[in-house]
Amino acid sequence: MAYTIVEENCTGCCACEPECPNQAISEASNGLFVIDPAKCTECIGHYDEPQCVAVCPIDLTCIIDENYPRYEAA
Amino acid sequence: MQTVQNHTGAESAGVNAAANVDEIMQKVAEHKGCGTSGGSGKASCGSGAGENDLPPEIWEKVKNHPCYSEEAHHHYARMHVAVAPACNIQCNYCNRKYDCANESRPGVVSEKLTPEQAAKKVLAVASTIPQMTVLGIAGPGDPLANPEKTFKTFELIAKTAPDIKLCVSTNGLALPDHVDRLSQYNIDHVTITINMIDPEVGAKIYPWIYYNKKRYTGVDAAKILTERQLQGLEMLTERGILSKINSVMIPGINDQHLVEVNKAVKSRGAFLHNIMPLISAPEHGTVFGLTGQRGPTAQELKALQDSCEGEMNMMRHCRQCRADAVGLLGEDRSAEFTTDKIMEMEVNYDLDARKAYQAAVESERQAVVAAKQEELQTLAGAHSDIKMLIAVATKGGGKVNEHFGHASEFQIYELSTSGAKFVGHRRVDLYCQGGYGEEDALGTVIRAINDCHAVFVAKIGGCPKNDLKTAGIDPVDQYAGQFIEQSAIAYFKEYIDKVAAGEIEHVAKGDAEIRQGALIAA
Ligand code: SF4
Ligand code: SF4
Ligand code: SF4
Repeated sequence: MAYTIVEENCTGCCACEPECPNQAISEASNGLFVIDPAKCTECIGHYDEPQCVAVCPIDLTCIIDENYPRYEAA
Repeated sequence: MQTVQNHTGAESAGVNAAANVDEIMQKVAEHKGCGTSGGSGKASCGSGAGENDLPPEIWEKVKNHPCYSEEAHHHYARMHVAVAPACNIQCNYCNRKYDCANESRPGVVSEKLTPEQAAKKVLAVASTIPQMTVLGIAGPGDPLANPEKTFKTFELIAKTAPDIKLCVSTNGLALPDHVDRLSQYNIDHVTITINMIDPEVGAKIYPWIYYNKKRYTGVDAAKILTERQLQGLEMLTERGILSKINSVMIPGINDQHLVEVNKAVKSRGAFLHNIMPLISAPEHGTVFGLTGQRGPTAQELKALQDSCEGEMNMMRHCRQCRADAVGLLGEDRSAEFTTDKIMEMEVNYDLDARKAYQAAVESERQAVVAAKQEELQTLAGAHSDIKMLIAVATKGGGKVNEHFGHASEFQIYELSTSGAKFVGHRRVDLYCQGGYGEEDALGTVIRAINDCHAVFVAKIGGCPKNDLKTAGIDPVDQYAGQFIEQSAIAYFKEYIDKVAAGEIEHVAKGDAEIRQGALIAA
């Protein structure tokens, strides 16, 4: 399962962008941030917890996207 | 505190720095002494420090800085740019989701800029406002949580506008990692927000921090934060970078504790301590706003500032400006410099013209000091225990030059036989909006300056005049256009003479309300 950003909550603060080990997070045209599910590895193999979740100042903004299968570390 | 230096070259820098720290500490200690020379006619040490109160090297650094020298803030302007909104800690008095054009508090900003846009904005503003001498990066968020954008901005400005002083405000968590870079860019002032040195207190203010790729909560989080803050402060002092400490006064949580904080930061070489009232209106949606945590009253704030004053310089004129504020303190011109407008502006950065203008400002400023000195002579030998506050309506330049109805804030001075000392400012709603007075607004003005015996204005209508008198505040318009301190001293002299002659009786005034936020860009 990749992580995704709840658009209504995101403040566009960009704290998450530099923390992502996979450059999966980028700024959208509306100034808010989005996660590319194809690149997100849930931080498995890099960190104990997803870095976007850890750094985002707004609770329940970076959440699991149920539409994607669980990532398996290679 | 034991700190581990893991930067290459830190060792040798440390050796050079050692002498430096001692020297600086010595200067800070000597400087502290000036406030106790009571009766010498020196109104205050503190942030009201003038040329003669400070060691020359420090004076050179602060004299054109509106935030560091209370007196300079009448004459010089600063601006903030918001380039780095990311943050690595959460404070219970902050809500990053909140953003409103009528809001005014640190951390709130309407437009975030790229470093290139920020540099263009600085040039545009500096070309329009020649007394603009300082650029700060203050948030929203923590500038050092997004160091690339912050340092890129500094780099661009240092190249194109070399005369502008740079400063940065930080929560301090990432500070130790960036001190060397800060000194590289010749940043001579850093503001660190320190609200506690006791992690138990900290746990009530900070729900979490993000450090070393992990989120920490509670006492653990506060412990890391305070260690990093104090380490960062020590490192700045070692490198001769001036540090100002901001603290938010939260009644019942850290109000008593801030006296300890004051001692801790002073002993590590902090240059100025700025204790600010908590802003916590419920509509801001902050944790403190929602839990009903109140802010301090004017008297509580002043009492705490006074009790720390013997320890070090206290700053009293902080406006808790927006993160994109532009102009003189108290006069926000950010609306003139939105991104659209700046991108269209023809920028003509004329260093010589700026210098010439600033030289003129400097001579005007000397005139203010001279006028005050002269007037102080009249108080020589006067004996009275009376201390009173007055409110002043001013547009800047150190003069009584604002109409009562046009004042969106009042400057507060404490008068005594040692002179007129600036002790703070009070925000108010405009009494006169579109030319006619509003009853309610007058009530809020009176509540905001209820601890003052008089209000000095350039002009005032008959109606508010009477209401002020009824509230026990003397409306004074006879000093219109004159220097504030000179006028205040003249007024005080007359007042104590009348009291001595039995013509009037001196009665103590009550407390006042601190107005929350909302210094609306005019
Ligand atoms: S979970 Fe990790 S990899 Fe996925 S977007 Fe967040 S930071 Fe990037
Ligand atoms: S950290 Fe959270 S609020 Fe900030 S940009 Fe990322 S998702 Fe949005
Ligand atoms: S917030 Fe305080 S320190 Fe910052 S610019 Fe405003 S007055 Fe100066």
